[in-house]
Amino acid sequence: MKNVLGRFVPEGYEPFAGSGAYKDKKRIIIQEKKTSRGFEKLSSISQMFDRLGIKDGMTLSFHHHLRNGDFVLNMVAEEIKRRNLKNIKLAPSSIFPNNRILAELIENGNVTEIYTDYVNGPVAEAISRGKLKGMCVMHTHGGRPMAIESGALHIDVAILAVPAVDKDGNGTGTVGDSACGSLGYAESDLKYADKVVFVTDTLIDKAENPQLDGKYVDYVLKVDAIGDPKGIVSGTTKITKDPVGLKIARNTVKLLEELGLIEEGLSMQTGAGGTSLAVAYYVRNRMLEKGIKGSFASGGITGYFTDMLEEGLFKELYDVQCFDLKAVQSIGKNSAHHAMSGSRYANPYDDNVVDKLDFVILGATEIDLDFNVNVTTDSHGMIMGGSGGHSDTAHGAKVTVITTNLVKSRLPIIKEKVTTVTTPGEDVDVLVTERGIAINPRRQDLLERVKGSKLPIVPIEKLLEAAHKITGVPEKLKQSDKPVGVVVYRDGTVIDTIYKIREEGK
Amino acid sequence: MRRSLLFIPGNNPAMLQNCDVFDSDAVIIDLEDAVSVTEKDAARALVSEFLNAMAEQPPMELIIRINGLDTEYYPADLEAVVSDKIDTIMLPKATVEYLEKLDKLLSGIEKKKRMSKKIGVVPIVELAISVLQIEEIVKCPRVNGVLLGAEDLSGDVGVMRTKKGNEILYPRMRLAYACAAYKIDAIDTPFTDTNDNDALTEDCLFVNNLGFNAKAAIHPNQVPVINSVFVPAQKSIEWALRVEEAARQASLKGLGVFSLDGKMVDKPVIQRAENIIKKARKYNLI
Repeated sequence: MKNVLGRFVPEGYEPFAGSGAYKDKKRIIIQEKKTSRGFEKLSSISQMFDRLGIKDGMTLSFHHHLRNGDFVLNMVAEEIKRRNLKNIKLAPSSIFPNNRILAELIENGNVTEIYTDYVNGPVAEAISRGKLKGMCVMHTHGGRPMAIESGALHIDVAILAVPAVDKDGNGTGTVGDSACGSLGYAESDLKYADKVVFVTDTLIDKAENPQLDGKYVDYVLKVDAIGDPKGIVSGTTKITKDPVGLKIARNTVKLLEELGLIEEGLSMQTGAGGTSLAVAYYVRNRMLEKGIKGSFASGGITGYFTDMLEEGLFKELYDVQCFDLKAVQSIGKNSAHHAMSGSRYANPYDDNVVDKLDFVILGATEIDLDFNVNVTTDSHGMIMGGSGGHSDTAHGAKVTVITTNLVKSRLPIIKEKVTTVTTPGEDVDVLVTERGIAINPRRQDLLERVKGSKLPIVPIEKLLEAAHKITGVPEKLKQSDKPVGVVVYRDGTVIDTIYKIREEGK
Repeated sequence: MRRSLLFIPGNNPAMLQNCDVFDSDAVIIDLEDAVSVTEKDAARALVSEFLNAMAEQPPMELIIRINGLDTEYYPADLEAVVSDKIDTIMLPKATVEYLEKLDKLLSGIEKKKRMSKKIGVVPIVELAISVLQIEEIVKCPRVNGVLLGAEDLSGDVGVMRTKKGNEILYPRMRLAYACAAYKIDAIDTPFTDTNDNDALTEDCLFVNNLGFNAKAAIHPNQVPVINSVFVPAQKSIEWALRVEEAARQASLKGLGVFSLDGKMVDKPVIQRAENIIKKARKYNLI
């Protein structure tokens, strides 16, 4: 079966029918888990497995707020390996290179299905090489809470790393040795998993404004350390010094200005990459020059945005995930810096924040002539990321801007057709590169607005030509026909299929 | 009429590939100081290949800084890079004698390669003797601008370089006046602290007031700063447009001299206004 974009959809999955198709369906919410005050203390991971009866075939979920410094998923994986459990389904909101032990579990058949929003490193490689027996189902950050609350993704046990837990079982990310700030991606797991375990290294008397309500918690396990602070957040995130990236950022801000988006009350989101941060920095400068104030910034929050909050350039920050130490410090002390859940952030059926964004600045691994964007696989088809909030924010924001170098590692970023569609072109409005700006012809209103401007506006086909002049025309990728995963759009439909990569010589 | 000239190391393929995206008025592909002795041949070959592969003329002026005529490298440099693909040769440690020699060499290559264009020359004044010769240097054939090379010059004179630049005030002023007299570009020495764009702005404003119309950049991130200083300010453009309009009206009435905002406007003032408008138009400011 093929979806509306002409992409193959494996049997048993619903095909993508357009980014607004979810509006024709009703929100489904299963019963929240039973609540109680009082939890049982556990003394070890092994005891947790025994006490909860974790066995073959169960679905275990995790959040990724400890990012590349997370110990908890790895501790659980070690125990799965030790017990040689089989057919375990894992549902971590993201998987990082430090979770490499999962690659071994995949190979051994301990883990046979994965549900995640982002996967990078050895686990991604194992999946792409066809080692996972079942499928890797890749959600978006907004689609995951929607899948959990609707029961489409049923979780037997949520094993949640929590930097500090108080005596009432409330969890917070703002204190403790592994403080990571917001715990937004854990909230749906907390409310809808059959059983919830908090794994912490810090017990406190009382948590101030705890993000995770203790009434949902069944067990608390104290361990020596839940993570390595060095891998959890960057000390500082910095704007790029790369002159090409800076040029792209400058042109992006000029474009935003031409589109009338840098005005009183603006709302925005950017990623934490160097070019995105440079855009935030130049927007800040323009806001100061114009003497205007924004309403809010959202998403993964960095020190650049907390500085802007403190300078009075935004009224509020909505933070689903802190990217650096400054953001972690800010969320603990600034009452206008709000932690939000993944559902509040981007669940299409929630009163979400992404729908209120004026503009979002996003990256791309590939973008095609229809403005479809791939941030899931590289040009060889190897998984190297995932949507995260890409397709959520692209759909919600009034204007979605992709910023990218035209050529990276000698490969053109613009393709006739992207290898994998993560975000549909109908939600992507502008592409800014160092050699020109392309506006999606679907957005005649934007094209009208920049008429007569001095910006280098060109059709996307011209940018493809410019890229090919530098790199030559790359050979077409030969993919295998064995699906290893599906890219699930935020409404639960399949927007594309991920295939096993072809090994060299085969 | 250049504002910014960006140095690109001749041995850096990634920088060469992107040299046309940084919005500088000219790019100087460097075969001299940016390239170590052991890499001279490789850099020359790379630049030659880069020029050959260039499908179309880039949007900015293409300048090649060859090695000095006091070295063994310059003949091969010239042979490899001089073609219709480039606009200008930049000559380090320029003297009148070297400039005359370069003119002959270029004429020979242009003839041999049956080139359609005549290559321009931008000498670098970076020897004390060149400062003294500046009035002759600006008159040399092909010279359409002069770059002050303050680092080597300070070494030659034996003074320390400072951020403020008092030690180069004399050569700056001589160069600015000589270039103004012969209506060619006065190009200031690069600002070497690539992390201090505030100080770069100050430096640009200072030399602009001395009479320089352009500055060399050693990092692409310096280009927007330089471009923003070496153009007429918005207020000046508005004033010039008003002068132009008033002059048009006065001319209809047969007046050569008239008054605007209570100030007398005559031919030199109109000329200044026209120059401002010309520059503003060139850089898309009006």
